[in-house]
Amino acid sequence: MAAYTLYVLRRFGQFVLVVFVGINIAFFVTHATPIDPITAAIAATTRFSQSDPQAVQMTREALRELYGLQGSLWQQYVAFWMRVAVADFGPSLSAFPTPVSTLIWRALPWTFGLLSIATLISWGLGNLLGGLAGYYRRNVALKLFGVVASGLQPIPNYVMAFVVLVLFGYVWPILPITGSSQINLPQGWTLAYFESVFQHALLPVLSLVLVGTGAWFIGMRALVSNIVTEDYVTYAELGGVDRRRILISYVMRNALMPQVTGLALSLGLIFNGAVITEVVFGYPGLGNLLIRAVYAGDYSLVIGIASMSIIAVAFAALVIDLVLPLLDPRVRTA
Amino acid sequence: MFRILKDLLRYNREFALGAILILLVVAMSLASFFSPYPSGLQYVAPFDVPPSWGHPFGTNSRGQDVFWELTFAIRNSLLFGITVALLSRLIALVVGLTSGYIGGVVDRILMSINDTFVVFPPFPILVLVYFIFKDHMSWALLAVAMASLGWPYDARLIRSVALSLRTREFTTQSIFSGMSTRQILIEEHLPYVLPIVFATTMNNINWSIGLEVTLSVIGFTNIETPTIGTMIYWANQHTALVAGVWWWIAFPVGLVIMTFIGLYLLSVSMNEYIDPRSRLSRMGGSA
Repeated sequence: MAAYTLYVLRRFGQFVLVVFVGINIAFFVTHATPIDPITAAIAATTRFSQSDPQAVQMTREALRELYGLQGSLWQQYVAFWMRVAVADFGPSLSAFPTPVSTLIWRALPWTFGLLSIATLISWGLGNLLGGLAGYYRRNVALKLFGVVASGLQPIPNYVMAFVVLVLFGYVWPILPITGSSQINLPQGWTLAYFESVFQHALLPVLSLVLVGTGAWFIGMRALVSNIVTEDYVTYAELGGVDRRRILISYVMRNALMPQVTGLALSLGLIFNGAVITEVVFGYPGLGNLLIRAVYAGDYSLVIGIASMSIIAVAFAALVIDLVLPLLDPRVRTA
Repeated sequence: MFRILKDLLRYNREFALGAILILLVVAMSLASFFSPYPSGLQYVAPFDVPPSWGHPFGTNSRGQDVFWELTFAIRNSLLFGITVALLSRLIALVVGLTSGYIGGVVDRILMSINDTFVVFPPFPILVLVYFIFKDHMSWALLAVAMASLGWPYDARLIRSVALSLRTREFTTQSIFSGMSTRQILIEEHLPYVLPIVFATTMNNINWSIGLEVTLSVIGFTNIETPTIGTMIYWANQHTALVAGVWWWIAFPVGLVIMTFIGLYLLSVSMNEYIDPRSRLSRMGGSA
């Protein structure tokens, strides 16, 4: 168990490093520029009207306080960390006076739901079919699936989501293409609401799965076709072990570990894809919130979302890494 | 070099298909030099003409010929992708080779930084960069920002090769003959990792063009420079699909998907070529 403790500590150290570097980048980007966010915000609000200079000065002071831009650079840096530590980025300017953290917490479940369902489907499907394709190498249907999946895989999420949107919203309009549920439907644990949420999630999930499955399929097929040539598999086959059992318990189980590690490593990209897909489908998650914040010039909301996404992804990767040794006894001692 | 190409074309259908697709895309971008219209200019052609002999891809609601506009767009997108790929390859090579060769504490520090960058979601960070810079957002700035996010996967790959190179005899010999670390890395180890670097370059170009399209379509880049992304952005601004001007959307999307699949096929077939076992089994020998 001591080895596991050491492993946990090392992984936790990595998590802390990710958060530290990420927040520093966010601070650096927002502060090491010649552009003053306050001037920009004031310019945006006073563009079409005459304003009293004194009122502008007061707005300037108020915004400076709101954004935590008072004092020296070092003081701002400390203040920035304090905000991150308690996940309080002040009130949002575009949805005043709702705090940024409330907006983020409201959007997070949608992103999390979309991301986890799409990832479960594409990871599960890719690994299952990839394993089968590596084992039954002459199967035509699996070969065909491989060609299609790897052909779709290099297409970026945005383009894929856009194509799906055009196909199902314009060419053959059968599914809702925007939002998370029917607008006039009251939220609650009713069947109608549930059904509407399900319908609205179909296209975003579909476009994520179309792009996401290929990589897992290819990875699993390569791993399995390597493992199949190992002596212990030949031995099991000669020993008359049921082929299905060989594939599931002897071959795929061994190949699964690199795929779980791969999942932890690619979480950043998966999150990225989910956020982008939300933008296309107007799904009320973090991605959409981020874009609206940028359009509205909401400084604290943009910084809040960027920081929170880094922390959330790092945390999810940490969780996967901590679960991994429980699945694979070899990692526990290594 | 020439023989390798011939071998690849003959024995590797993916390479042949990828090469054809990319040749078409490159030809398209080179055609921009013969464009009768200057880049980005509006109201030079009739509005919303469907594809015809005079305008093979039709014209759009901004009074541009879609075909010639697309040649500029794909040229800029490709150039952007290549710039990001080259910059991030540079970081990946320096980190990967140093980390693999020196090892020990240096390796551990560099790899923790590497693993840190791997989990960063690029999109929110790039949006943050755009939000801060707004109108000061330039082509070069975006390229640098993307390159500094796009290197970690490949740095790890290069490191894994460099690790094995370190234990090879020629490395020991180079050390005894008095070569400096920098010389060993550049003159001895670099040639060995270059094939992998080429393969990852294709993937990285894909990645950066994809992100550029994403940011542009939302309007988070310099929208006056024609790229595939900004073309779709303007088409959306003029609600091209609702207005029935489908050719304004279909051709850029089709061309960029062609680019993605072409580059991907090239990278896959190169990877296969680098791994001699899979090359043999493809040529009909036994692995």
